Amino acid sequence: MADAPPGGAALDWNGPSAPPRRNGELVFETLWESRLFGATMALHEAGLFAWDEFRDRLIAEISSFERAHGARDEGFRYYACWLAAFERLAAEKGLCSAEDLEARIARLRSRPPGHDHERSTP
Amino acid sequence: MSDHAHDDPITRRDALRAEALESILVEKGVVRPEVIDAIVRRYEQDIGPMNGAKAIARAWTDPAYRQRLLVDAWRAIAELGVPTGPEIAPLVVVENTAAVHNVVVCTLCSCYPGSLLGLPPSWYKSPSYRARVVREPRTVLREMGLEVPPRVEIRVWDSSAEVRYMVLPERPAGSEGWPEERLAALVTRDAMIGVARPEPARLAHG
Repeated sequence: MADAPPGGAALDWNGPSAPPRRNGELVFETLWESRLFGATMALHEAGLFAWDEFRDRLIAEISSFERAHGARDEGFRYYACWLAAFERLAAEKGLCSAEDLEARIARLRSRPPGHDHERSTP
Repeated sequence: MSDHAHDDPITRRDALRAEALESILVEKGVVRPEVIDAIVRRYEQDIGPMNGAKAIARAWTDPAYRQRLLVDAWRAIAELGVPTGPEIAPLVVVENTAAVHNVVVCTLCSCYPGSLLGLPPSWYKSPSYRARVVREPRTVLREMGLEVPPRVEIRVWDSSAEVRYMVLPERPAGSEGWPEERLAALVTRDAMIGVARPEPARLAHG
């Protein structure tokens, strides 16, 4: 793997058949998207839900997003759909109720400004 | 293609929701932050396009392996001993030839052999790619920088929960005699989705 970093192998590729402009970019646009992705996979790998259970909800969220906004690139937010699907699944599995979630959100929101993006690393 | 601002109110709201959710799951002992870190790292780095690329490079150099890959893809990939992820659906490898070019999409959502190709690129998930590549694949590929000659048939494969697809690209001219490892470095994620070709020129500088 030394001579071609996985995921970034195409970063330096400029040429006549250059790939899509976004090829090789970081796959997550924000930190929370990657955390959300990781948490979903972690729960699945721990056997807390079957992958189909999540995928069905994700498909439903994406369809509903598209019905509401039209099937356009602009403004389509894949991980917002993922988040909604994961929230629903977590609630249905008794892992995190909607009430608990809203209460926690309210608590986090009441932090002083600047703390909402804070994430300390060990 | 425009990037949406990362700190617009909706994104901030989602960020907060995601953080709240994670903090509850962590507090309840359902998941540990280190596990999340490790999984993200695994998908971003260890399970990258290289896993799929290794299989492609082997297929280019070993006709018997190529046959096995086309007949029973997961078994052939297991031979390589690469780590694979949890979302393993049946996998079909489709080969590009002088007469046929294959391209993969998931019209329903974004089904994708992630353990072979890493995480899907953002355009793969876009409603426009998902809808248009089926209707006008030649145009979409051209827009993405890949000119497919008119005499070459384009086949579009719709991934689903039932079956995933990966493209076996043509081995590029000029790569004769290259060792597998060097060949694998030519094979990008996009080439295995079918929206780009492996190009030996890429390695000219490296």
